[in-house]
Amino acid sequence: MAGLRQRRARRQSVLRWVVVTLFGVLFLLPLFAMLEFTTRGAGGSLSFETWRVFFDWAALGETYPILWTGMKASFWLVLLSVALTLVLLVPTVVWVRLRLPRLRRLVEFVSLLPLTIPAIVLVVGLAPVYAWVVYFVGGSSVTLFFAYTILALPFAYRAIDAGLSAIDVRTLSEAARSLGAGWATVMWKVVLPNIRSAVLSAAFLTVALVLGEFTIASLLNRDNIQVAINQLGKSSATMSVAVSLAALVLAFALLFLLSFAGRRRHRERKTS
Amino acid sequence: MTAPSTGTLDQVTAPATPRGGRRRWWPRRDLLGVLPFFVFVTVFLLIPTLVVVIGAFGGDDGRPTLDNVAALADGYIVDAFVRSITLSAVTAVLGAALGALIGYAVVTAGPDSLVRRLVTSACGVLAQFGGVTLAFAFIATLGLSGFVTVFLRDSLGIDIFSGGVWLFDLPGLVLVYTYFQIPLMVIVFLPALDGIRPQWREATESLGGSTWYYWRHVAGPLLAPAFLGSTLLLFANAFSAYATAAALVSQGSPIVPLQIRSALTSEVLLGRENLGKAMALGMVVVVALVMWLYGLLQRRTSRWLD
Repeated sequence: MAGLRQRRARRQSVLRWVVVTLFGVLFLLPLFAMLEFTTRGAGGSLSFETWRVFFDWAALGETYPILWTGMKASFWLVLLSVALTLVLLVPTVVWVRLRLPRLRRLVEFVSLLPLTIPAIVLVVGLAPVYAWVVYFVGGSSVTLFFAYTILALPFAYRAIDAGLSAIDVRTLSEAARSLGAGWATVMWKVVLPNIRSAVLSAAFLTVALVLGEFTIASLLNRDNIQVAINQLGKSSATMSVAVSLAALVLAFALLFLLSFAGRRRHRERKTS
Repeated sequence: MTAPSTGTLDQVTAPATPRGGRRRWWPRRDLLGVLPFFVFVTVFLLIPTLVVVIGAFGGDDGRPTLDNVAALADGYIVDAFVRSITLSAVTAVLGAALGALIGYAVVTAGPDSLVRRLVTSACGVLAQFGGVTLAFAFIATLGLSGFVTVFLRDSLGIDIFSGGVWLFDLPGLVLVYTYFQIPLMVIVFLPALDGIRPQWREATESLGGSTWYYWRHVAGPLLAPAFLGSTLLLFANAFSAYATAAALVSQGSPIVPLQIRSALTSEVLLGRENLGKAMALGMVVVVALVMWLYGLLQRRTSRWLD
């Protein structure tokens, strides 16, 4: 039996390496091609001109103003979308668990609804709503964070709901309340620290989603980093490929960090 | 996994719901806590959805009509739906098969291994972040002056575009969509693969079952609902995708999302402003159907593999 298991483990490890290497090469090929494409000089030589411009932010803003506005817009969009998603979702989900359990199915249904409504469909219906947004707060690209919060709801809801399921919110909050804490204190000092990694993971997912969003921004004629990359592709293919590569690498680093945050939560649950 | 906790919450709060008149205002004040959420969701999710649904059944003068929905039967719209569905189905099946293979290879490495962490992070990026950046990745790889194109032409004398530049048309979409469908499959299928217990295999072996027997009669049937469900999710993902196609396709609007774009942006279809809404409604119907089937399969999966 032990010999059988050992032989299987060896066979599985061979299979693992073959499959991971094969697909690793296939999936890294386009990324390598992007690197080659952006460092291609005249007559087949290496040239880092594109990357020199890319890291020289003052020159970048001057040479490619679209890119600069897009990056700035995306930066604010990330901040505001994460803030709104968390401020809207965390208290609501906690409150529903504590005081309004009957509404839980409804909140879950509404939060997961954007999964069945493609962004391309949502943008059709958002156009008249954004006419009002322009009327009240202006037509800045940053106002897109309302729509992005909707797009992020399903992912953020799942993360936060999973985090809350792992702790006993009710007992914790009753203990705090019986010791004289107000609801704000319960939220801020008792519940939040206990679901920190879930909140972090919701925030990371929102960041990745906002950085990658193109559909709504493009069709509502706003700027963000993806719209800028797409526009740049028409005039300067090399720079747009360089920004694409940088964006992919940044997103990878973000998610790789997240995988460590996820592990910590895993361990906490095991020991408790 | 969350079901038991809801049960206890309901039991605890049910008797607390007051019947007497004195405390009847309590639940109403509690509702204030969820007011911001529902107001926001109403304005930015429910109203847009209603705009699409009502608009699909309304003429340009605002009177109800079935013209827009009837126009979905027009040749070019039907073609776009058929192409969209074919593209989604082909890439979903390809992505599911290859993604499941990678998923299985990764899961044998153990939950905290570096391989798994690297693969899942990379998959997360490629599956969800994709869009425009992936289109440019493929232009740099297989475009007219792309790395692979140039390499094959100069070193091996192979011209991959001898039959026309297919990258910027439907075949190109199949390729790039598969490139982000495989990683998505890895992500959504891993939890099901994690649910498979090694003891089941050992039990099969100790009863004399072969590897083939194990996959055919134990693991296969257990994973089948999860596999089908994930395939449906991939289908919905490809069907909803817009950015890649918008950045890659240079001419015409072969698939539904691009048709919606041209309905939204062009002035050619004057007098048919709501046609885009009808097409959008058509998309919602397809995705909702697929997600409903997914929900059914999900329930079946969780019976064994949660």
